[in-house]
Amino acid sequence: MRELMTGNEAIARGAWEAGCHVAAAYPGTPSTEILENVSRYKEIYSEWSTNEKVSLEVASGASMAGARAMCAMKHVGLNVAADPFFTMSYIGVNGGLVIVDADDPGLFSSQNEQDNRWYALHAKLPMLEPSDSQECLQYMKAAFDISERFDTPVLLRVTTRICHSKSVVETGERKERPVREYVRNPAKNAMLPAFAKAKHYLVEKRLLELREFNETSPYITFEDGKGEIGVIASGIGRQHAKEALGDGVSYLHLGMTWPLPEKAIRDFASKVKNLWIVEENDTFIEGAVRSMGIACSGKDALPLVDELSPALIAKAILGTMPSSGPDTGIMPPSRPPLLCAGCPHRGLLFAMSKKKDLVVMGDIGCYGLGSMPPLNVGESTICMGAGFSAVVGFQKAQEKAGRSQKVFGILGDSTFFHSGVTGLIDAVVNKSRGVFVILDNRITAMTGQQENPGTGRTLMGEETTALDIPRLCAACGVKEEHIHVVDPYDLKASREAVDSAYAAEETSVIVTTRPCALIKEVLKSRASLHCVVDAEKCVLCSSCLKLGCPAITKQEGRIVIDSVACNGCSLCEQVCPKQAISREGELHE
Amino acid sequence: MNKSGKNVLLVGVGGQGTILASKLLSEGLLALGYDVKMSEIHGMAQRGGSVSTHVRYGARVYSPVMGPGEADVLVAFEKMEALRWLPYLSPEGMLIVNNHEIYPMPVILGLSEYPALLEVALSESVPRMLLIEAAETAAELGNPRVMNVVLLGALVKSLGLDDPCWSDTLGSCVPPHVLQINTIAFRKGLDLV
Repeated sequence: MRELMTGNEAIARGAWEAGCHVAAAYPGTPSTEILENVSRYKEIYSEWSTNEKVSLEVASGASMAGARAMCAMKHVGLNVAADPFFTMSYIGVNGGLVIVDADDPGLFSSQNEQDNRWYALHAKLPMLEPSDSQECLQYMKAAFDISERFDTPVLLRVTTRICHSKSVVETGERKERPVREYVRNPAKNAMLPAFAKAKHYLVEKRLLELREFNETSPYITFEDGKGEIGVIASGIGRQHAKEALGDGVSYLHLGMTWPLPEKAIRDFASKVKNLWIVEENDTFIEGAVRSMGIACSGKDALPLVDELSPALIAKAILGTMPSSGPDTGIMPPSRPPLLCAGCPHRGLLFAMSKKKDLVVMGDIGCYGLGSMPPLNVGESTICMGAGFSAVVGFQKAQEKAGRSQKVFGILGDSTFFHSGVTGLIDAVVNKSRGVFVILDNRITAMTGQQENPGTGRTLMGEETTALDIPRLCAACGVKEEHIHVVDPYDLKASREAVDSAYAAEETSVIVTTRPCALIKEVLKSRASLHCVVDAEKCVLCSSCLKLGCPAITKQEGRIVIDSVACNGCSLCEQVCPKQAISREGELHE
Repeated sequence: MNKSGKNVLLVGVGGQGTILASKLLSEGLLALGYDVKMSEIHGMAQRGGSVSTHVRYGARVYSPVMGPGEADVLVAFEKMEALRWLPYLSPEGMLIVNNHEIYPMPVILGLSEYPALLEVALSESVPRMLLIEAAETAAELGNPRVMNVVLLGALVKSLGLDDPCWSDTLGSCVPPHVLQINTIAFRKGLDLV
């Protein structure tokens, strides 16, 4: 059947057709929809794991037991999962093991632009890079076969443009296969130093065998353009190059980009006069080609930063100047993303914004948007969990410097389970005076509503235990009197919690209790609730505008609240000094 | 069938339904026999930020994205987003713009101003512009959310792709309980051109 699919949908389909049994992931743009789509195939056990390391370990266990297993993560997730990643390369597989890594050139939704192709080189395992959705499906199936044939995990590396672009896919059917037999084998699976050393020899030998396999693999295609220019490309760069340069150029398309097929590259280079390497971000292929002693062009003309495009390639290789469109001469104001109307993060962040001598360590999640005007709460974003751990060091440094500002850390429920809890334990044990805020909205919101250990439901839709965050904090050693549980729609309570935690001399925690405003049940129950402004009483003081709520605007000299966007959180009613705002409608539980 | 392709860029504000409109467009183009590629941006941009979707179709499409000056049609679901993405329109291209304003936070906070009489400045800068009252039309139909499908109807007509197959495409992509209103919205959009 021919269907339009995103790369992520096609990867899921490929896993299903390959007979995959177990799939695990932690959500992260642009990889999130892979597991969402896998979970629609009931033959596959699928789960949201606590973090990326856990997801790879779950998949590793399944592979060891004999199942075909996969995990998926965004590029920075592979940093978290790097520990098992490197050692699984030594252990190899029983059932096929595929790690899907989704990089984000252009940083559409990420904190850095790291190029994860180096992970394949570093961990000495094979890497496949599809260039469209059809190849996502085919390569996913091939990855399982390669994994079992060469006793190795396989990295399937994609990028945002592959994940979130749709193209036509010819689908097939699932090939059922039994979970393989498991036989106890510590020399293979228990990486004690002596066993691991023996394994390292095998890993090096495997790499040579994989290189030989790639020389004539079906994942290399050669197109003879009969011209002087030759292009080596992979992934999306391959599609951009073909679009930009057309048929008069020769191409060596590499589908398997590690280990690189040296003979095929030498042969191609000998046939063309000007050799170009087209790749996004780092000089992964170019560096390898140059180290073979082959002259080529690449990053001397193409950018290291940001995505590639056909226009950039045409400019670099053909010297074609990019076209430009009409210009009105008017500069549009910027449109930064915002916390939604009714977002439960706003109340506590607003209460924190009123305390002027705070330093706030941020983290990865919607609350990161609180660092923008008008709230301006949060001044750092490092990685998942650092919003807590960095507080410990920052607070200790403040004390060394004799500075009085108190240090707060903010992160969400999913981030807390992912890697925030370890930072909190560190804080308690090391007697940090920091304040640790968990904005618990019961869902992984930023990536689009995925279940987490606080939700009470699994990815496969089963009811399950919902972890109790205040009790978990108490179990980590935070004293009961320093755990403040607060409704962030109640500004007075939010301010009191911030004041009380601020004054404490010991580790303090604030946990908010409102679910994300976009959860379906929440949307339904609050659909008719909205706030209205009494223009007679309104003195246009703008206090409500300073909440940064997208439902509140000033139009033609009046404050207007969009009744469709508003969910009646009533923060504006609480900040209005003239009682000009009131709430209408009903809550339907 | 003539398989000469086009580049369509759909832009708007996160939450306006540009992604559903792009999905419908792509599925419809596939049903009409074209090769289609579509590229959308998810994630942080969905929180009320500026969003864009590239749709490219023809006999054979390689790259899923177009560059500045390459859009044959730019469809702006919000007026200021038309301005932001105007450099992507080809010099001979057509601008379809929804006469609808959504204030960004810098404007709400009074830090910058929403450009006045934008539709006039836009129409003076492009060779062909279609100003659509999609928000008004959707409100008259009783569901402000179908604004995206009104715009889709106008786009399909402008591309010369009006065909009975679109009702099947709507039927396969839109949930049953809102199919009727979306079908009406699509027809309204066709009639606006």
